[in-house]
Amino acid sequence: MFDNIFGIHEQALMVQGQRMGVLAGNLANADTPGYKARDIDFAAVLSQSQGDGALPLAATDSAHIILSGTDPASADVKYRNPYQASLDGNTVEMPVEQAAFSETNVRYQASLNFINGRISELTLAINGS
Amino acid sequence: MSLFDVFNVSGSAMNAETIRLNTTASNLANAESVNGDATKVYRARHPVFQAVMNSQMGLDDAADASSGVRVMGVVESTTPPVQTYEPNNPLADKDGYVYSSNVNSIEEMANMISANRSFATDVEAINTARDLLLKVISMGH
Repeated sequence: MFDNIFGIHEQALMVQGQRMGVLAGNLANADTPGYKARDIDFAAVLSQSQGDGALPLAATDSAHIILSGTDPASADVKYRNPYQASLDGNTVEMPVEQAAFSETNVRYQASLNFINGRISELTLAINGS
Repeated sequence: MSLFDVFNVSGSAMNAETIRLNTTASNLANAESVNGDATKVYRARHPVFQAVMNSQMGLDDAADASSGVRVMGVVESTTPPVQTYEPNNPLADKDGYVYSSNVNSIEEMANMISANRSFATDVEAINTARDLLLKVISMGH
């Protein structure tokens, strides 16, 4: 009964935290020549971790390589398509990154709120008052 | 890869931006320095940034999803120094010329503003990660 009390938010927190790290890397490298901005496709990773995507290939031999994506801890990181690349090869666009960062911040807090609500519900059910 | 990496990544970026600010301060301070020898005059210095993967920073991140910054080195500008005829200057060479540094003050001011903005962004990222982690700690209370 208690193995999935937080639903999707448990995985969502993990992926959002990961995305935040990637975006912080982009912000940190805003002035690095040749740096390519990266991001995590949140919806794709979440649907994969929920098992909604294509069936994963079974690894039946130690030489088989397991593709990332099924495990939320190693989500696919993809390069961002810049609106306008700069001459030094850097594809970090500050406003885009800052918007994505604050969006991740809000989504993370939303997931936290849902989890906290669930905890208070269960506490109420346990205590009965 | 977790929220904790934000501290390392943004911290390394703040360090790199500090070095950039230091070179800018040095360049602006020496903008007016002159010398009688064109090879010995102060030349503008600029740091070269490089992305450094998390595995190189000693973090246990096999995926290398995010990357910090390090200063690969500091290069001196190759712009030729400005030659002016000042025979009364005690530093002048035998022909009466002095050479002033090749620092472009406007470029340095722009550099300073850019470093300032980047530093502020990194601080903001660290603050956000800290707030979120504090909320995670107090989860369920």
